[in-house]
Amino acid sequence: MPTKDAPASMYRTQEGTGLWEHRGKVAVAGIGQAPTMRRWDGVDLSKSVGALSITAVQQALDDAGISRDDVDGVVTCPLGMGDVWAPRPYFAPPYDSEDGLTSLSADWLVKNMALRNVKYTAHGQSCINTALVAGIEAVGAGLTHTCIVLRGTGNLEGRYHQMDEKTFSGRNAFNGVWGWQLIPQIAFGFSQYCRKYNTNHDRMAPFILNQRRNGLLNPDGYHFNHKREVLTVEDYLAARWVCKPMSLLDCDIPIQTAGAFLITTAERARHMKQKPVYILNHCSQRGVVRSSCETLDETEQFTDHIARMCYEGSGLGAKDIDIFNPYDGFTLFFQYFLEGFQWRNVKRGEAHDFYASDISVEGPNPLSSSGGNCGNGRTRWWGQRDCIQQLRGQAGYRQVRTRHETAIAGAYTAGYSDWVVYSTHPD
Amino acid sequence: MPKPSPIPDDVNKPFWDACNERRLIIQTCAQCNRMQYPPEKTCTACGCATMTWREVKGMGRVHGYCVMYDSRVKLLQERQPFNIAVIELDENPEIKFFSHLPGTPPDEVPVGATVRLEFEQTYNGQLVPEWRVAE
Ligand SMILES: [Zn+2]
Repeated sequence: MPTKDAPASMYRTQEGTGLWEHRGKVAVAGIGQAPTMRRWDGVDLSKSVGALSITAVQQALDDAGISRDDVDGVVTCPLGMGDVWAPRPYFAPPYDSEDGLTSLSADWLVKNMALRNVKYTAHGQSCINTALVAGIEAVGAGLTHTCIVLRGTGNLEGRYHQMDEKTFSGRNAFNGVWGWQLIPQIAFGFSQYCRKYNTNHDRMAPFILNQRRNGLLNPDGYHFNHKREVLTVEDYLAARWVCKPMSLLDCDIPIQTAGAFLITTAERARHMKQKPVYILNHCSQRGVVRSSCETLDETEQFTDHIARMCYEGSGLGAKDIDIFNPYDGFTLFFQYFLEGFQWRNVKRGEAHDFYASDISVEGPNPLSSSGGNCGNGRTRWWGQRDCIQQLRGQAGYRQVRTRHETAIAGAYTAGYSDWVVYSTHPD
Repeated sequence: MPKPSPIPDDVNKPFWDACNERRLIIQTCAQCNRMQYPPEKTCTACGCATMTWREVKGMGRVHGYCVMYDSRVKLLQERQPFNIAVIELDENPEIKFFSHLPGTPPDEVPVGATVRLEFEQTYNGQLVPEWRVAE
């Protein structure tokens, strides 16, 4: 039977439930990262989403020091990030679908990696973070004890999401007629933010530059390997508008790659190769807006809610969080997370002042030490990966000088996101 | 180039039909009297399945905006750059409409200004609400 989406009950979306019942009993034991490339040519099968996924999963297993026979669970985010490739001519059989080419089901991985002991599979749609929290909950609940979480990001030639539609139906009719999509939503929200807090787009520059700098300190990332260019303030201010006040450099660049995480019980992790990184909580935001757009008030409520959930379930507070890696693609919504979580005591309206201070990985406030997706290419997992590396002390050039015992990462938007709280200690 | 067109369905057909008569009607809950836009099958506040329609006078205010330079909607790309404003309705400012603000040059949007309803024809003749900054 083909794999189904993890049920809604696996996502923790409510406040007031106290500590996560599996707090400290689940851990990350392995991480894997395939090479990055800008695009796939659609021909070279050694660079398909499937091939890159196998590379990432094998790395995660090697990292943990276990074999594929030890794996009993697989959760993937099945769709690649670009448009669906089809219709197009396929390769000769067995390639009769996108699975393994531009998308990746859990079933494909089980079959093609011969994971013969897998007894649990699930999908988390849209985002690796969604799959990740589902995998974490599955291990906590005992549905699997050693679980691979995986996504491949497909990026073929051409532009994403160009819409030929001359008509829109259902709720889309109330947006599409005016060209309202996620990008205008984010640009509008940022414009409201600037008006409310008397700031402006130029003041994003220190953050953008720092993201790229951190990306250039990450040997796994796209920019380090393929676009080793330091950004300047002038570059940022000269970038073309996509939807003013959003410019091209506020967007993360789509890439072709795959990433894997090995989630297991705390008990098992203690017998694996790496020092366990314990999971203190996971939670998810599934916001509902009042009318046709998300207002700034709603955005701030959503991110306040996420932060309170993360803190409540983990038993930690803002002051306890050492490493902080919210999603940055688009950069223009990063401040909502920073201010909602009040990391380093940053309050509403203070993000741009904070960006102007020392946020380097060497300094006292190493904000987004991953470099995020603007620094490394769009995967939405760089933040999670960096949290694990920082807590292990394996972040290389990006290793922070400050305490690194706890961490938070999550994606995607203020209204829809999934988060993980990590610690070097289980309690 | 005209705008893309909505395709009415069971839930929102009264809204789009009223637009064709140059009237703006907002779905309103029969039980809790709450206005709801875009229309849904049931009231998202109280769950009531009996939804009525209430005509509004067609005045609002510019809540905020952005300026589109690179739309995904190909039919709109010829207009670039163009304003996309968020309009809040006089009768209930929680209700938000989108507008290209005809008559207002790109990025010269007076946030907070009063706007008046008008209707614009899409490529297939359907009328859709638009808003113009009031003199
Ligand atoms: Zn109601």
